[in-house]
Amino acid sequence: MTDAALPEPMLAPAQADRGDHEVIYRHTRVVRITHWINVVCILLLLMSGLQIFNAHPRLYWGQKGDESDHAFLSMLAYPTGEDTFRGETRIGDLKFNTTGLLGATVHENRGLPWWATLPGERNLATGRRWHFFMAWIFAINGLVYLVSNAVNGHFKRDLALSRGEVAPRALWRDILDHIRLKHPTGEAAKRYNTLQKLAYLSIVFIILPLMVLTGLTMSPGFDAFAPWLLTLFGGRQSARSIHFICANLIVLFIIVHVVEVFIAGVFNEIGSMITGRYRVKLGDHG
Amino acid sequence: MSRLLTTSNLSRRGLIAGGAATLGGLLVSGCNRLATAPTALKLLGSAEGLTMASQRFILSGQPLAREFSAKDISANFKVNGSSSADSDEYSALLASGFKDWKLTVSGLVQHPLAISLAQLKALPARSQITRHDCVEGWSAIAQWTGPQLGPILAKAGLQRGARYVVFHCADDLEPSLDGTGRYYESIDLFDAFHPQTILAHTMNGQPLSVGHGAPIRLRVERQLGYKQAKYVMGIELVDRLDKISGGKGGFWEDRGYEWYAGI
Repeated sequence: MTDAALPEPMLAPAQADRGDHEVIYRHTRVVRITHWINVVCILLLLMSGLQIFNAHPRLYWGQKGDESDHAFLSMLAYPTGEDTFRGETRIGDLKFNTTGLLGATVHENRGLPWWATLPGERNLATGRRWHFFMAWIFAINGLVYLVSNAVNGHFKRDLALSRGEVAPRALWRDILDHIRLKHPTGEAAKRYNTLQKLAYLSIVFIILPLMVLTGLTMSPGFDAFAPWLLTLFGGRQSARSIHFICANLIVLFIIVHVVEVFIAGVFNEIGSMITGRYRVKLGDHG
Repeated sequence: MSRLLTTSNLSRRGLIAGGAATLGGLLVSGCNRLATAPTALKLLGSAEGLTMASQRFILSGQPLAREFSAKDISANFKVNGSSSADSDEYSALLASGFKDWKLTVSGLVQHPLAISLAQLKALPARSQITRHDCVEGWSAIAQWTGPQLGPILAKAGLQRGARYVVFHCADDLEPSLDGTGRYYESIDLFDAFHPQTILAHTMNGQPLSVGHGAPIRLRVERQLGYKQAKYVMGIELVDRLDKISGGKGGFWEDRGYEWYAGI
């Protein structure tokens, strides 16, 4: 690929010419391919997962849980008229009126609104089909990502934290830089910064594996094979709740991730995840 | 100048936002049509085979589903699906305390059987405190007692070619004129001969209530709630499922749910 094919940074100052920038090869082919497959998987898993959640929008802690047990989170509908509802979300003892968004969409009794679920209308059977189909692709894709990057040294080279990086002072400086939306240039821009590494490490090695394990714990068949999962998570209903909480953490990660992509330069960032090439501004304070 | 810039920026932003919203709307409705298209559903359904094959592989040693202790039993086990069977025939059986009820074992067997409730209760029984997982997401725990299905099938003697055990029930979960609303379920021999697969006549030490499927319900512990057929009247051994009712092997299966409900 030639330089001409490289995307222009969106907010490149007029005086910036090619001499001010350096192009580095940032993302390997396997990272780029697994990233975009993951984007599709996670979007469809989230939406089909919310369809499944809507079939029983209550969360419990422990082995069991139904209407007669205490739910620590619920999104329920209360009739207010012939075909109108008031949606109420309860978290612990707190009650929120969430009509139109959670619990009820005025005319329909449902946990999450239509635009958040796959399919849009209430259809648990189809939601489950989507969820389990995409779960297989997600798991295989994740395995390819983990094995290849463990072998090629990407994790050790680019994601592992050094002792210096996690020192309180360095960490504090990194947090301040993020709050000020200050982004590194030069040499520092070629590496992931500490908070970025922590975010990637926790999503790759904690949240997504937890998603798979808690998902499997909800399967009565898999439970017979691995009953220790029930012990680990404190029961099938606890696993279901952890699955939901981790799904929310994934959404949070995606929001921060996408906002950071926009702050750091949307064309350069997205372009680098397509072509692998990333433009770094040469800095004197890098 | 700056004013001009702002307005033009705003209108451009408005245009982009409007365009994005329209495109988003089209995408969403298009995706939704695609999401429920028969071809898409068929492709997605292929994952069921993969799930079943891999679960059968890891469960080949026939491990038991976890059994809980008496303190874990749900105080108020929810009645779900049918809460009774509405036929005159069932009412008459119920009124007589199922004195005249007989469980038939038919189809691809060497010796068709008709077993009374008293005979069934006289058989060696297994008691298990297990978790019932509804496809909707909730779970409840109860103690179930009844004879294992395996020895009953062995007594009837399977003919060559028998692959599935079909449970014909008394309840109509959906009103229908052609009988397609009648509940039924099916499992294969792998699950039929599992030690925890029982015909429960007793729940938490009490005779099975009408709400929970009197006189007997199937317990097939490594699968979801809709496989646990209530009001079982007859067991039929078959070589294929496509000639029965909707052809997918169960009431909910005929309505789009997976036949293999281990997940």
